[in-house]
Amino acid sequence: MSTTTTPPPGVSEQDLARLAEHWGERPSLRGWFSTVDHKKIGRRYLVTAGFFFVLAGLSALVMRTQLARPEAGVVSPQEYNQLFSMHGTAMIFLFATPMLFGFGNFLVPLMIGARDMAFPRLNAFGYWVFLFAGLFMWASLPFGAAPNNGWFAYVPLSGEQHNPGLHMDVYALGLLFLGISTTAASINFIVTALKLRAPGMSLNRVPLFVWAIVATAFMVIFALPALNVDNAMLFLDRRFGTHFFDPSGGGNVLLWQHLFWIFGHPDVYIIVMPALGIVSAVLPAFTRRGVVGYPLIVLSIVSIAIISFGVWVHHMFATGLPQLSYSFFSAASTIITIPSGIQIFAWLATMLLGRLVLRVPLLYVIGFVVTFVLGGFTGAMFALTAFDQQVTDSYFVVAHFHYVLIGGAVFPMLAGIYYWLPKITGRMYHERLGRWAFWLVFAGMHVTFFPMHLYGLFGMPRRVYTYRSEPGWDGWNLVSTVGSYLLAVGLLLVLVGVVHALRRGRPAPPDPWEGDSLEWATASPPEPYNFPVLPRVHSLHPAWDERTAESVRAGATADRILSDGRRTLVTSELDAHPERAVQMPESTLMPLVLAGALLVFFTSMLFAWYPVAAVAALAVAATIAVWLWPSRRPDEELGVSG
Amino acid sequence: MEKTADPTVSAARYARRRALPRRLPVLTTLCGLLLLAGCAGDAPSALNPGGAGATRVAGLWWLLFWISVAVFAEVMALLVWALVFRRGNARVRHGQPLRFVTIAGAGLPFVILVAVYGVGLRDLAALGDGPGPDAPTVEVTGHKWWWEVRYQGASGATANEIHIPVGERVKVRLRTDDVLHSFWVPQLMPKTDLIAGETRETWLRAERAGSYRGQCAEYCGTQHAHMAFLVVAQPRTDFDAWLARLDAPAREPRTDAERRGQQAFVQGTCAACHAVRGTGAAGRVGPDLSNVGSRWSLGAGAVPNDAGHLGGWIANTQTVKPGNAMPPQPVDAAQLPDLIAYLRSLE
Repeated sequence: MSTTTTPPPGVSEQDLARLAEHWGERPSLRGWFSTVDHKKIGRRYLVTAGFFFVLAGLSALVMRTQLARPEAGVVSPQEYNQLFSMHGTAMIFLFATPMLFGFGNFLVPLMIGARDMAFPRLNAFGYWVFLFAGLFMWASLPFGAAPNNGWFAYVPLSGEQHNPGLHMDVYALGLLFLGISTTAASINFIVTALKLRAPGMSLNRVPLFVWAIVATAFMVIFALPALNVDNAMLFLDRRFGTHFFDPSGGGNVLLWQHLFWIFGHPDVYIIVMPALGIVSAVLPAFTRRGVVGYPLIVLSIVSIAIISFGVWVHHMFATGLPQLSYSFFSAASTIITIPSGIQIFAWLATMLLGRLVLRVPLLYVIGFVVTFVLGGFTGAMFALTAFDQQVTDSYFVVAHFHYVLIGGAVFPMLAGIYYWLPKITGRMYHERLGRWAFWLVFAGMHVTFFPMHLYGLFGMPRRVYTYRSEPGWDGWNLVSTVGSYLLAVGLLLVLVGVVHALRRGRPAPPDPWEGDSLEWATASPPEPYNFPVLPRVHSLHPAWDERTAESVRAGATADRILSDGRRTLVTSELDAHPERAVQMPESTLMPLVLAGALLVFFTSMLFAWYPVAAVAALAVAATIAVWLWPSRRPDEELGVSG
Repeated sequence: MEKTADPTVSAARYARRRALPRRLPVLTTLCGLLLLAGCAGDAPSALNPGGAGATRVAGLWWLLFWISVAVFAEVMALLVWALVFRRGNARVRHGQPLRFVTIAGAGLPFVILVAVYGVGLRDLAALGDGPGPDAPTVEVTGHKWWWEVRYQGASGATANEIHIPVGERVKVRLRTDDVLHSFWVPQLMPKTDLIAGETRETWLRAERAGSYRGQCAEYCGTQHAHMAFLVVAQPRTDFDAWLARLDAPAREPRTDAERRGQQAFVQGTCAACHAVRGTGAAGRVGPDLSNVGSRWSLGAGAVPNDAGHLGGWIANTQTVKPGNAMPPQPVDAAQLPDLIAYLRSLE
């Protein structure tokens, strides 16, 4: 499917052949399992996260069917509780973050002009762990042993005494397992973006999407340990009788909530921030100009990343903490809306000054602005403790965060899918099909979730498997259910569109949109080595910059082709000044083996086969030793030109 | 399928797409209408407050609502402007209107948010302004999945029904016997969580007599859906009379059927978990049934309290409220009508 590349001037056929040989894999099963190519791994993240999205979405449809009318018996309460728990857990952990990391994996090296991620094998490892951890959790559902205590898993209900069986062990171990993947990917993003940027891409020329991914990665690294500690303590309490959360043994039930939300609130931004980055990446192509206020947006990204760590208590406004702490966290939660406001108005200004090209990606961006702004209003309302105490844990909050997460993350993702589909697959999508899908998704989303504001205000609590008809909630619930089916049909059409593009789509040129960032300066789909000549960057919009194109033509010296091995350029953190050429690792099965050993470890912990777990732990250690055994060629200092 | 990769499309197709900006205002108007239409109805609505706490919050809501409407209108106007005037042959402008972004995106929101935060803080303080030490105090304990209700100074107990005098602040002391629950009466007072191992306090004040529906708002397991309760606000004299009855022994059986029912109740398995004041039944696991006949529902809002549902409930609660703590009862068919008659008589 890949378009054959004609060598740019200054690059010989032999150079290209050597690059292809160094970076390509044999098309064998072994090659498929051992690849460390960031583009393939990115695609796998997108497909796998999409698969988990379908499962979580189907869970939601069953729930909405059950809630369509009062006292329905579509599922039992126990089944319903597993469904809503898996829906939330999967949407947050197995869909939203991995999907955005999939975009990041595919795009970050391309956008910064590198040949791969900084740690390609770690990258492959992260994907396998994500896949195995996701299957580990979903596999529990058919056995009726899925997590059944919400994605928030509050103690004491999630403790052994009130929740025997495997349910919450699956949750605790699954998230600990998955956390390995998220952490590995985050470290990789940070190092890649700091060290592998093309010469000339100083920090003030880094694409906003990359800024967003890096800020997100930092947030993951600081937030995730709180969740890991929480889950480790939960598992110890459940399995080994410790008392971290047991008040009768000196523990504290609010400890769980504090740690969970110290992770959980930044996590909301961990999901939304890369999505906002997608909006900033998509807009220039469809407004024909750069996004307004680059420095303001960077500032806003960084301040969101910082302030998001000071707002967790607003999830605990009904727990009866002292009023003084409420007023502090209320202030922080109020003020965090401002950076988002800056971005919204920067995008509006971009649209007001540019020329709108109303293709499907821009439709989703507009749908995003409308929906995300509404979700933002209710978010600011929740920052006020008195109001929060009234509507938290009601359907009003369900409405709020679906506006934020579907409006703020799913719409941008869909914009990104349509925008980058030609780059990822080398095929164009069907415009009319895309429009139909958009209007169904947009209408379905609002019909489903807008009424939830209402019946939340009317006193309907969330997480209930059924309700009586007397309180008068039935009409609006039926509307929501109808909306959810519309939304499902729309999303199905998106999927049809992707399949259609893959089967029937017209081959895509390298740059169908006249995009502004470097991924458009290479073939669609890109060759395994990304760029025949590593580009030199002169501005914020390198693909629009004649000098970058010129540098590719004129500057095709050996130090920018690097065809004598699997090599890429390392540059300095601030100015992206070339430092040396590094040897990148070859394809290997080790990531898959290590992830497999970890799967055996976590599975045997789940079933309390401790001797097997011990053996698996040894296997993990041995695999790591083999993996890290020094074998690389020393890096080569470069006398880089200019 | 698209014919060209060129994203610029023909003028005719642009004209057709002009439909979008006309659709958007319709959509927003529709949303507004939905919201207003929703204020009616018989729901326990936070927007139809019956007490001091909820009235405060409803006021805050309407302030926030109108601010949101205004700002949303501004954003939509800009968006529609762009959609109408910035397509087709619009000339791209390369300015960086940083002042516009800073003022509209940060300056104005900052001013609005600071003001709103001030109002929110005032309302939070008002919610925290509970009754004095002499106020009537009701002690509510959360169980999976029902509410135990006791009054300070009274020995009796009831379940899933809290009586309060109209126009007075009543202190509510909240504890949980097992997991977390949350005490929520949308028309009277926002939520307070019940925290395992601790005691929390809130208060209620109803301005007019009537019944206000409340429900557990914190997910508490299988039957979280069926953990409702009723707050009954009544004039002071009625309340005092009600409270006095709470201390008195339960009504004695009057008919033979009731007497047989009482005997079955006290000597059978019922008494192991349930209490009826003045009889030998003193179980503390399930709700005190001394006034069960007068309650608004069975199973904390699960089904109406009538003879048919009561019979079904006694025979097998698990079909009505799966997962609750009461196992199916080996009551023989002859005893069941007597038990129903007896329990119905307890008012």
